[in-house]
Amino acid sequence: MADAATAPSTGTAPHGSTGPAETRRDFLKLTTAAMAAVGVGAVVWPFIQSMNPSASVLALASTEVDLAPITEGQSITVMWRGKPVFVRHRTADDIKAANDVALNTLPDPQADGARVQKAEWLVMIGVCTHLGCVPLGQRPTDAKGDFGGWFCPCHGSHYDTSGRIRRGPAPRNLDVPEYTFVNDTNIRIG
Amino acid sequence: MVGLHKSEMKNPVVRWIDERLPIPSMLNQEYAKFPTPKNFNYFWNFGALAMVNLVIMIVTGIFLAMHYTPHTSYAFDSVERIMRDVNFGWLIRYIHMNGASMFFIVVFIHIFRGLYYGSYKAPRELLWILGVVILLLMMATAFMGYVLPWGQMSFWGATVITNLFSAFPIVGESIVVWLWGGFSVDNPTLNRFFSLHYLLPFLIVGVVFLHVVALHITGSNNPLGIEPKGPQDTIPFHPYYTIKDTFGLCIYLIVFAFLVFFMPNYLGHADNYIPANPLVTPAHIVPEWYFLPFYAILRAVPDKLGGVLLMFGSILVLFVLPWLDTSPVRSMKFRPLARPFFWMFAIICVVLGYAGAMPAEGIWVTVSQVGTAYYFMYFLVILPVLGKIEKPRPLPESISAPVLRGGGPIMAGAAAKPMEKA
Ligand code: HEM
Ligand code: FES
Repeated sequence: MADAATAPSTGTAPHGSTGPAETRRDFLKLTTAAMAAVGVGAVVWPFIQSMNPSASVLALASTEVDLAPITEGQSITVMWRGKPVFVRHRTADDIKAANDVALNTLPDPQADGARVQKAEWLVMIGVCTHLGCVPLGQRPTDAKGDFGGWFCPCHGSHYDTSGRIRRGPAPRNLDVPEYTFVNDTNIRIG
Repeated sequence: MVGLHKSEMKNPVVRWIDERLPIPSMLNQEYAKFPTPKNFNYFWNFGALAMVNLVIMIVTGIFLAMHYTPHTSYAFDSVERIMRDVNFGWLIRYIHMNGASMFFIVVFIHIFRGLYYGSYKAPRELLWILGVVILLLMMATAFMGYVLPWGQMSFWGATVITNLFSAFPIVGESIVVWLWGGFSVDNPTLNRFFSLHYLLPFLIVGVVFLHVVALHITGSNNPLGIEPKGPQDTIPFHPYYTIKDTFGLCIYLIVFAFLVFFMPNYLGHADNYIPANPLVTPAHIVPEWYFLPFYAILRAVPDKLGGVLLMFGSILVLFVLPWLDTSPVRSMKFRPLARPFFWMFAIICVVLGYAGAMPAEGIWVTVSQVGTAYYFMYFLVILPVLGKIEKPRPLPESISAPVLRGGGPIMAGAAAKPMEKA
């Protein structure tokens, strides 16, 4: 009450705000607030960052897969970074089907050649790019969808023999992880 | 202002405390004398029920946490241990599990009460907004709680819901990795969900406190949606509404106990008694029943980002509802045009819930789309337009007028006199 009543008489009225004293005060307030914001940011950052993957999670060993026992037409699933990785030994028909589609008809256009290192070995992360379910199609008895590859039952995404999205809500093709051929029959994922 | 509070408490000990820390006075003012519209119906029980439910969740939760282990290798087994070995563990867990369902039943009724009687309108906008904040916090809490037993539905529910954030362009993927603390839902995720599941209910307590403070500034709405005109329109909260709330509480506890003792797993999903397996997705993933309408909205659009935005939008639209509904009349009782649209809205919410439980194929996609369209139309088109074109029925003179069948202001005034003495 007292402040409000006396304020006008101490000269905050019309010209007050353009006076040099006011400008300096404004500047001080602004810089103080800015410093405080930087300070808060600096304190919050470590906490936010602590929720990101820790060193031990990042250091998870890469996985080696022996391809020799996988016969043509067979698929296996291995774990890598807590996720399933699909390895499929594709048949000539699979490869032909993957190469025969016109790229401009695909929701996420990508040539089959860009998704494999050796045409008969398709290696992908087996996580639907929609909301993360594991698509069916690894076992011979599984539903493989309308394009002979994989089918995600969660919301109905169909993937082809190159793991590319063909129909359904998934926005992207199944991701291809980094991997290298250690020799002809062994790959290292990661 | 400095000096002891002038206490009216009779008991000398209470009085001594009250003079120094006037909480007894405050409780007396806000929960005993508090003048409350005299025409409440039973829909006004649900706020009190929600408060009791929150306390039940916190108490049972704290005791569950004494036996629960938040680690992917032990979580499932520790919950089974609670069920089989811990004394009364089965009871505490079933109360907590079904308590979550009861909480949402109570809160959904509480919200629809507000929608029907226009409780969100001026001057109660902030009260309403705080309520929507509570709903959001409850949803987050229940979602993370459902992950803790680490069954198949826990794991895949967590995977699908956290993946929603990947729909956002550019930052989406990093947000998801940040939420997980890894490259999939895994131990770091379970750990932080447990931490947050413990924290959020206490935040809810805080927001509930603000919700109640705001309520006690504006006073309660009532079935007629008109403000009390004076003491003849109100009665003290105690004993009139304490007893009415107690009666409602008994009914609520009977329903609750029936669920806990006779059909404890009815509202749950059998797949959650299978330990989480990151390599196999269950054939049919469904969220808990209280998320189903929102899940249907998510799946109504074939576009990933669009679905996510609509789902979040379906809650966020509630925040601005006070400014969307242009009608000055609160209660649907006096809104002949709006009332059928309201009931249609209520039915649509149930239908959306049903569609959310069905596989996203064929007819169910269409049903979800129509339902979603109506859901948003109701808030964004119907309510704004109706307020302009509808001719409401005449409002009663006062709360007392229709209650005392006086009909007119003279009768109401005359009848009000004896009430004032009471
Ligand atoms: C807003 C209040 C709360 C809601 C809506 C809620 C909801 C849930 C739900 C839905 C579950 C899964 C139950 C199941 O399927 O087994 C759960 C589990 C659990 N909650 Fe809560 N909860 C709340 C408060 C709390 C609090 C305050 C604590 C701890 C202090 C807690 C501790 C736990 C624990 C340890 C579990 C795992 C054991 C189990 O699965 O039964 N909860 N909660
Ligand atoms: S998660 Fe695969 S279609 Fe939705």
